Amino acid sequence: MSTHIADRTPDTAPVVESPAVRLRSRHLLGIEGLSPEEITLILDTSEAMKEVGNRPIKKVPALRGRTVVNLFFEPSTRTRTSFEIAEKRLSADTLSIATATSSVTKGESLLDTVRNLEAMSPDMIVMRHASSGAPHLLARTCHSAIINAGDGMHEHPTQALLDAFTIREHKGRLAGLKVAIIGDLLHSRVLRSNLTLLKTMGAELWVCGPATLFPPGIEQFEVHATTSVDEAVEGADVVMMLRIQNERMHGHFIPSVREYFALFGMTPARLRRARTDVILMHPGPMNRGVEIDSEVADGASSVILEQVSNGVAVRMAVLYLLAGRDTDLSEVS
Amino acid sequence: MPQVMDADRMSRALTRIAHEILERNRGLDEVALVGVRTRGVPIARRLAKLLREINGDHVPTGSLDITLYRDDLMRNAVGPQPVVRKTEIPFSIDGRRILLVDDVLYTGRTTRAALDALIDFGRPQVIQLVVMVDRGHRELPIKADYVGKNVPTSARQSVQVRLQEIDGADEILIEGEA
Repeated sequence: MSTHIADRTPDTAPVVESPAVRLRSRHLLGIEGLSPEEITLILDTSEAMKEVGNRPIKKVPALRGRTVVNLFFEPSTRTRTSFEIAEKRLSADTLSIATATSSVTKGESLLDTVRNLEAMSPDMIVMRHASSGAPHLLARTCHSAIINAGDGMHEHPTQALLDAFTIREHKGRLAGLKVAIIGDLLHSRVLRSNLTLLKTMGAELWVCGPATLFPPGIEQFEVHATTSVDEAVEGADVVMMLRIQNERMHGHFIPSVREYFALFGMTPARLRRARTDVILMHPGPMNRGVEIDSEVADGASSVILEQVSNGVAVRMAVLYLLAGRDTDLSEVS
Repeated sequence: MPQVMDADRMSRALTRIAHEILERNRGLDEVALVGVRTRGVPIARRLAKLLREINGDHVPTGSLDITLYRDDLMRNAVGPQPVVRKTEIPFSIDGRRILLVDDVLYTGRTTRAALDALIDFGRPQVIQLVVMVDRGHRELPIKADYVGKNVPTSARQSVQVRLQEIDGADEILIEGEA
């Protein structure tokens, strides 16, 4: 028996495709804590959402009447736009607040800003903040579902999910793939979320960067760590470049941009060590000529723009799945 | 569990519907089939095969997932979201005669959602509704154009259409007290 809307009889028949899992948390604060089944649920849902983006009318009524606030305390074009498009495609009412034009500049604290927003009862808050753990703080006090759109150097869960979705689209799987992640490992929340996700899904992980940009405690992810790009790229299925984050460099981590490019920049010659069907990824924004050569960035292996399109589908999936569990105020402490 | 139809009768009903489709549409020009996930999809494929056997014409066939159009989606206080599956309509529905195919017609709410979803893909000339079972108890002004079998039921009962492709057998069962 298929699912009939508003069935008055309980659906007792075994439905073959019935989901084994659902998301256990009402927030998406990070990849940490997500089970392989939950990750697969999000990626499978993203596939259906991607199809919506290919329709003549790219909009479905799933989140009609829901309000989503995008609260960005850090500059962002890609992620914020991607969330906004995802929300609109699901018919949610959205508003975006960039802190440069908000009361935060008048000295209001994070909690006060959010409490005031909450008084207007949004259903979800998508938040980016420069401090690691800021969304977790809100999740403890908020009635709204919180989606972490990047917190400091901690996590960026939707980026890791869209990366995994893009890899799965090309390779058909995540388990057993050799994934090399190269660049500024120390400041990267994208790295942290990706390592957690790819490890959960059984990929073979390699990280590479200058010794000065190795985060302490990287061993806990059970990765192969190297300072040799050639070693990291050798036979890789996926090469993921990370941005040199000038805005977070409060010290002398690299001697010069030119030296960095000479030692760690991805060039056509270096990429040839990977498998012939390697895909090259970058979470953006790219620094051409710093971590990546233009010939590689725009080359046949590059899936960088696909990552951006997939971001919308993955964020639609996350918004949709989280919207199913809400308004149970007893869950709020 | 009482059986309402066995494999033979289901097959005969589908053959009859295929003939009715040909008669009513005066051929198959512009006709396309769209099955509502899950069990509408194999039924639509079977109809396409029957129509080809009878008339020799290839009828384009697609599948529609209506989850994102459900009217109860945001009304359940707490609970997991139903799983969204892919919609695949690999042809333009503009100007076509669309046969929307589902297994059971009950409240009519699935059909309402399917109509909304379809219309977001374009502007068909006509939409007709094909169902394997009409069990009554409509809550919306919706009526099927082609019906495999009318089955009077009480609201406490449930009707299961089982299909070879999904369930390993063709039969229609009715469950629960009348």
